[in-house]
Amino acid sequence: MDPLALLTLQALNALSLSALLFFISLGLTLIFGIMRVVNFAHGALFMLGAYVGVTAHNASGSFLLSLVAAPLAAGLLGLAFERTALSRLYAREHSAFLLVTFGLALALTEAIRLLWGADARQAELPDALSGIVFVMDEPFPVYRLLLIGAGVLCGLGCWAGLQRTRLGLLLRAASQNPVMTAALGNDVGRVRAFVFALACALAALGGALAAPLLSASLGLGSNVIIDAFVIVMIGGMGSFLGTAAGSLLVGFAQTFGNYYLPELALGMTYVVMIAVLVLRPGGLFGRPE
Amino acid sequence: MLEMQGLRGGYGPAQVLNDVSLSVRAGEVTAILGRNGVGKTTLLRGLMGLLPRLSGRVTLAGEALAGLPTHRVARAGIGYVPEGRQIFPELTVTENLAVGQRSPSRLWPAERLFGLLPNLRERQRNAGRSLSGGEQQMLAIARALVTDPRVLLLDEPSQGLAPMVVQELARILRHLAGEGVAVLLVEQNLRLTETVADRIAIMARGTVVHDDTAAGFRAAEDELRHRWLTL
Ligand SMILES: Nc1ncnc2c1ncn2[C@@H]1O[C@H](COP(=O)(O)OP(=O)(O)OP(=O)(O)O)[C@@H](O)[C@H]1O
Ligand SMILES: [Mg+2]
Repeated sequence: MDPLALLTLQALNALSLSALLFFISLGLTLIFGIMRVVNFAHGALFMLGAYVGVTAHNASGSFLLSLVAAPLAAGLLGLAFERTALSRLYAREHSAFLLVTFGLALALTEAIRLLWGADARQAELPDALSGIVFVMDEPFPVYRLLLIGAGVLCGLGCWAGLQRTRLGLLLRAASQNPVMTAALGNDVGRVRAFVFALACALAALGGALAAPLLSASLGLGSNVIIDAFVIVMIGGMGSFLGTAAGSLLVGFAQTFGNYYLPELALGMTYVVMIAVLVLRPGGLFGRPE
Repeated sequence: MLEMQGLRGGYGPAQVLNDVSLSVRAGEVTAILGRNGVGKTTLLRGLMGLLPRLSGRVTLAGEALAGLPTHRVARAGIGYVPEGRQIFPELTVTENLAVGQRSPSRLWPAERLFGLLPNLRERQRNAGRSLSGGEQQMLAIARALVTDPRVLLLDEPSQGLAPMVVQELARILRHLAGEGVAVLLVEQNLRLTETVADRIAIMARGTVVHDDTAAGFRAAEDELRHRWLTL
């Protein structure tokens, strides 16, 4: 294969992986930004999205519908969880919050095992999406291009939402000073609930999009949450741009690592993380707290 | 306009507010003086629904406020200019103002606001953190005003400001009272307080130990200062 074509295809593969990672790490970042805590259940919600997506797709025959059902289910679950459990914990120790989200991760994983069994579920792509296109005379799956597009759209949509809408303004204000945001007449509890639900929905959308590539299996959540943590740390905790940059870095490091340094493939993510954190301890776009 | 009766409360088991009663009238500046740590900030936080523990009565034009969550207190018509200004550092001046405007301000549209606080006009697109201390204080006041408050609470607004800016602050507070706002000013700056206040209260050990007109304060000033204010 022409080396330039090889490089291009690898780059496209890396971009499609980055897009999937972006869906999960973006939600983690939003939650961290406004609540100053890490949601351990985020990987499990990604996994839930994959299972709900596969089931909805098989039941309805519509892939598009599965991309609506998965985020809707996870968003509602997240909303209920935030209102009943998390909203009581913000004033307490962070460790209580971590434990409760860790508990949700375990409970979700067990619930999935009960509902769907221990076998992996493979999603079939509809014909329109399972084709290939030729990039520099080499075949490349259409679906991976679609993932890249979805990631870009999601990024632009969230960016516009943060910068241009009132809710985005309140989210930014509350992540800088929640007390003052409330003292100006805004119900910060509702902002938190919305952000948590949105972040859960994004993770599940990522899971539903990933299902045709990775298949839905019980290890999916814990695999992907580690990458997402690394991305959020690389980007600078709570930074939107940092999360985009971190997703790209990790996506490229894993894809090119797999190809050129397969012995090191598993460690590539950490090599990148350590390199970034040595150079910039607060992450790429992190601010000193 | 704002009535407090028998307020008690604090952060943990220790009581910081110990039976505070005070009225703040519309069109007047009511000042609270007192040594460090007597509970002035705690009182304002209590009014805003920001204390873990508070009992007693607070009414705003007859409507009960004690026990409401912070955002409801603000919506009822109380503007809060906190100790240390608490500007959103990463938001622009315009965005800082927008946080308090669930709908565009009725009483303080841009022209009127920048007429009162002209320094902010050219700074609208600058980030909060890039403003000088004086500009941040003006922004903190503007941000409270655009919520259309009937009562404005200010916690040591003159702290760290140059004398020129303190004079400007005095002009603004007088103007607001003239417009019918009920101003409750917590201060350590005696000169500013005497320039702007209609009534002066003194707090000690979590309660109000003196509450009189500004003229009454002046008449007994030496004794009051010695007893309650100087170290
Ligand atoms: N967050 C808090 N948690 C526990 N105790 C507090 C807290 N904030 C203040 N206190 C205590 O409450 C008392 C009153 O403090 P407060 O800040 O209300 O005083 P102040 O009159 O505003 O003083 P200053 O003039 O220094 O601003 C002090 O003894 C202080 O130590
Ligand atoms: Mg104080």
